[in-house]
Amino acid sequence: MAKIQKSEVEHVAKLARLTFSQAEIDSLTDQLNDILTYIGKLEELDSTGVEPTTHALKLTNCFRGDEVGESLPVDEALSNAPQREGGAFVVPRII
Amino acid sequence: MDYEAVIGLEVHVQLKTRSKIFCSCSTRFGAPPNTHTCPICIGMPGVLPVLNKKVVEYAMKMALATNCEIASVSQFARKHYFYPDLPKGYQISQYELPLAENGWIDVEVDGQTRRIGITRIHMEEDAGKLIHDEHRPLSFVDLNRTGTPLIEIVSEPDIRRPEEASEYLKKIRQLVRYLGISDGNMEEGSLRCDANISLRPLGRQGYGVKSELKNMNSFRHVQKALEYEIRRQTALLLDGGQVVQETRLWDAAKGVTHSMRGKEEAHDYRYFPDPDLVPVEIERVWIEKVRQEMPELPGAKRERFVKEYGLPPYDADVLTSSIHVADYFEECVRLFHRPKTVSNWIMVELLKLLHQDNQEIDTCPVPPSSLAALLKLVEDGTISAKMGKKVLEESYKTGMEPQQIVQEQGLSQLSDEAELKSMVARVIEDFPEEVAKYRSGKKKVFGFLVGQVMRMTRGKANPKKVNELLQKALD
Amino acid sequence: MANLVDLTISSLRQLLDQREVSAVEVTRAYLERIEKVDSKIKAYLTVTGDQAMEAARAADEHMASGETAPLTGIPLGIKDVICTKGVPTTCASRMLEGFIPPYNATLMERLNGQHAVILGKLNMDEFAMGSSTENSAFFPTHNPWDLKRIPGGSSGGSAASVAARTCAGSFGSDTGGSIRQPASHCGVVGIKPTYGRVSRFGLIAFASSLDQIGPIARDVTDCAILLEAASGYDPKDSTSVNKQVPSYIGSLKEGLKGLRIGVPEEYFIPGMDPEVEEAIRNGVSTLKEQGAEIIDINLPHTEFAVATYYIIAPAEASSNLSRYDGVKYGFRAEGYRDLLEMYTRTRSAGFGPEVKRRIMVGTYCLSAGYYDAYYKKASKVRTLITRDFQDAFARCDCIAAPVAPTPAFELGEKKDDPLQMYLSDIFTIPVNLAGIPSISVPCGISKEGLPIGMQLMAGHFQEETIFKVAYNLELTLGKIGDWPEI
Repeated sequence: MAKIQKSEVEHVAKLARLTFSQAEIDSLTDQLNDILTYIGKLEELDSTGVEPTTHALKLTNCFRGDEVGESLPVDEALSNAPQREGGAFVVPRII
Repeated sequence: MDYEAVIGLEVHVQLKTRSKIFCSCSTRFGAPPNTHTCPICIGMPGVLPVLNKKVVEYAMKMALATNCEIASVSQFARKHYFYPDLPKGYQISQYELPLAENGWIDVEVDGQTRRIGITRIHMEEDAGKLIHDEHRPLSFVDLNRTGTPLIEIVSEPDIRRPEEASEYLKKIRQLVRYLGISDGNMEEGSLRCDANISLRPLGRQGYGVKSELKNMNSFRHVQKALEYEIRRQTALLLDGGQVVQETRLWDAAKGVTHSMRGKEEAHDYRYFPDPDLVPVEIERVWIEKVRQEMPELPGAKRERFVKEYGLPPYDADVLTSSIHVADYFEECVRLFHRPKTVSNWIMVELLKLLHQDNQEIDTCPVPPSSLAALLKLVEDGTISAKMGKKVLEESYKTGMEPQQIVQEQGLSQLSDEAELKSMVARVIEDFPEEVAKYRSGKKKVFGFLVGQVMRMTRGKANPKKVNELLQKALD
Repeated sequence: MANLVDLTISSLRQLLDQREVSAVEVTRAYLERIEKVDSKIKAYLTVTGDQAMEAARAADEHMASGETAPLTGIPLGIKDVICTKGVPTTCASRMLEGFIPPYNATLMERLNGQHAVILGKLNMDEFAMGSSTENSAFFPTHNPWDLKRIPGGSSGGSAASVAARTCAGSFGSDTGGSIRQPASHCGVVGIKPTYGRVSRFGLIAFASSLDQIGPIARDVTDCAILLEAASGYDPKDSTSVNKQVPSYIGSLKEGLKGLRIGVPEEYFIPGMDPEVEEAIRNGVSTLKEQGAEIIDINLPHTEFAVATYYIIAPAEASSNLSRYDGVKYGFRAEGYRDLLEMYTRTRSAGFGPEVKRRIMVGTYCLSAGYYDAYYKKASKVRTLITRDFQDAFARCDCIAAPVAPTPAFELGEKKDDPLQMYLSDIFTIPVNLAGIPSISVPCGISKEGLPIGMQLMAGHFQEETIFKVAYNLELTLGKIGDWPEI
C-alpha cells in the first residue's frame, strides 16, 4: 500500500513552502513512496525502552557569558539582501 | 443555565539580560533598525547559537519564585513556521523538556486567595519586528529584537474570573520586577499575555471549546477582553450555538474580540530537539546558588514587615508592592526608627507625588536618607508636620536636601519662649474685644487669637507652644 | 626538482622551510595547474587567484620573520559549504548564488591564523546532498582517474582537486560519507573526525547532528597535518568538544603490534563489487602481516542505518533549510503577488530537485502524526547503532571495512533513482550516526584503473589509532598507482 497519497504530498509541500507542477507531484509521490517504504523497515525493529539519540555525543551545559559583543554594521547586515530600504529588509506587504 | 469560565494564560516575559539569548548582540531597545544584528541573529548560513547562561539563571529564578520544579535536564527544540520576522524559519524554544514545571501562584481577589497552577516555564527567543508601509505594498523587517530572551509561563486552566486573570498577571509582573529579571511592562511589550478561555455549565467538570485571545496589551485589556469573551460565549451557548475553536484578536478601540479565521492556517510546528544546542543540566548546587542570589519575595517580605515593624497588613501590602518601595522604606526606617511614621509618609505623601508624575520610586529625587532627615526635623519640632509636607514637595521638585530648604527659606519653627511671650502679649493688647469675649466664656475665640500669633510669625511659631503661652496669659 | 604540484604537503613544507621554494612560487604553480586542467575536472566553483597570491606573499613574509606554522604557504581548496568572509559561498546552490558571507567559518580563521593559502571554493552536491557531485546546481565534477565517472560526493570537488593536483590538500564535510566516499573514488585520503572535534561554526548546515568538517589529502601524513590544524574547541560551537588535540603526526609511525582490528561481517554484502571485497580483504591481511590481530565482529543493526539516516538527515535538513526564504540573503524569485508566493517561488526555483526531495521527506517525518513513527523511531535506532559500535570497540581498537560497495560509477548512471543512490552510502552512514571518526585510505585499484578505498573506524576521539593503522597500510601497500595525467 502506498505510504503517502498525492494530497499529502501537496500538504507537505505547502508546509515546506514549495510548489510543484502536477507532473512533479506525480513523480515525487512515487519517489517518496519508494523512500518511505524503505525507511519503513525500521518498523521491524523493537525499540521499546530505548532512549533516543539526538546528539552524537553526550555533551551538556555549553554557555556564554552575558556580554555584549560587536554587531554587524547595518550595511553589512543587509549586504546580501535581495531587497532593502532604509536599514531594513523589505518583503511584500503582510496583510 | 449558569456558566463558569475556564481560563488559562500564556505569559511571555522579556528578560533583561544585556545580550541576546544566543548571540552577543545588545538587547537595548530603540536602536535604529538592524543595528543590533549579527550573522547569528540574522540566521545566516552556517552560524550556530550559544546559550546565554544568564537567561537560564533568570528563568530559574522565576521558576523558584513560582514554586516550580526545575528539570534536571532540559532541552531546546525548534518550532517551525515561515514569517519574515523569524529569520531561521524556526524559533528556538523548548518543547518536550522545558526548564521547569508544576508550580503555582496565589492571587487574592476580594479578600479571597486562589491558587493558580503553573504548568510550565520555558526559555525561548523573541522574533523581530515588522513595520508596514502605509502607501506601498511593502513591509520592513527589523531584526533588532530577534533573539531577545523570553520565558513563557503557561498556567493551568485554573482561572475562573477576569479579575483573577488580571491579578495573576500583576503578580507575575511583581515577581519579575522583584527578581530584577524583566521590566514587566505590558504596554511596551516586555510582558505579553495570550489567554485561552472556554465556558462550562457551573458545577460541571471537563472543558468546553476554547478560544484563544491575543493582542491584549494592558492589564485592563486582558480583563476587558475576557469579560467580553465570557459575554460572547455565554450568549452563543444560551442561543443553542457552539463555540468554535479559534484565535480571536482583541480590538481595544471597539472593545470586542474578532476572529482571525481565514487569516491563519492550521499550524504544524514540527518541533524537534535542536541539534545545535546541548541539553541544559541543572544540579541541586546550581539551584541553591541561584536561590541564594534571589531577593526576599513579596509574600515573605509582607509577613516580615508586619512582624518586624509592627505595621498593619494594609501598610505592609502597599510597601511590598514593589521591591523598590520596600527597599526605600527599610532604608528610611534604618535612619529613622519609627516604622509607622515612615510608612505613613511614604504611602500618603511620597507615593502621591510619584503617582502624579507617573514616576517609580527607584527614580525618586528624594532619597531615603532625605526623607529620614525630614522626619527628624518634624519629630524634634524644627518644623511642623504641615511644613514638613511642603518641604517634601520642595525637595521632590528641586532635589534639595530638606535641611537646606528649611534653612534657606527660614522655615524652622519659632519656639523661643521669651519671643513668643512678647508676641502673645502684643496680641492681647491689639485685640481687647476678642480677649474680653474669651474671658466672658466664648472659648471659641481662642483659635482666632492663636491664628493672630501665627500670622505675626508667618506660620513659623511652634503651635503647641503658642497654645500653652496664650492659655497661660489669658487665664 | 619534481613538479611542485605533485608534492605532498610534508615535502612542500621542507622545501619552503629550507627556502628552496617560496609560497608565491608554489601558489603560482597551483594556479597555473588549475588554469590548465580544471576545465576538464571542474572541481572549482570559485578560484580566488588574487587573494591566493596575496596570501602567499604574506606567508613568505611570515616565514622570513621566522613565524612558520605547519600550513604556512600551503595552497588549499575549500568545499563551498564552508563560509569564507568576502568570498562567494554558494553551497553549489542557486539559492546562495552571489552570497558573500560577512564572516569566516572557524576553520577559515584557523587556516588564516597559520597563513595557509586558499586557492578557491570547491564544487559539491547542492547543500552537500548527494554522492556524486552531480547535484551541483552549476556543473558536475569529473573523476581525475576517468573523466566519464563521478568523483563521488558530496565533497566531489575536494577529492577531485587533490587527485588532480589542483590543490595540495582540501577540506570537505561529511554528513553520511561525503568525505570518505569521494576520497575512496579519487584515490586520496579523507577523514571524517569525531563529531565535535572540528568546529562547525560557518559550515553551512545540512544535518547538524551528523555534519563534520574534515580534510582530504594525498597521503595519510598530510591528512594528519591538516586535521591537526583544523581541530580544537570553539566556544562558538556548542557541540564542539573541549579536549586536547593530540599530535596526530607524532603517532603515525608507531607499530601495529597488539592492535586488534575488527572486520564486521555486515559490511561484506551480496551485490558488492568483488574487486572491492578483494581489495579490502587484501588490505586486512596486510595489516595482519604488520602485527595487528584480526578479529571478526558484528554490527548487527547495520542494515537499518540507511533508513535511520534518511529520516534523521532530511528531518534536520528540512529545518536547517527553512532560513532560505528570499528575505535576508541569496536568491529571491520574481513575479510574486504576495508573501506566500514570494516564499514558494523562491524556494521552488532556488533549490534543486534532490534538495527539495529531502526537504519533503524531512518535513513529512517531522509533521504532526508522523514524528513518533519516523523521527523518534529513527532516533532510537540511532542509539542501537551507536551501541553496536560501543560493543565492537570493547573487543577491538579499530574497524576495517569497505567505503563504498563499488568504485566510481559513470556520470548519469544513478541520477534518476534516488533510492539506489542512497543505498550506496550504506557503509559510511553508520559512522556519522555514532559520531565516531573514520578515514578512507587507498587500498587497491580496479582492473579499470579506478581507486578503491578502505575505511578505518575507531571510537570517539581515537583519530590517532586510525592514522596509525592507515599510515601502516599506506606504507606497506605503496602507491596504488601513479597520479592520473589529465
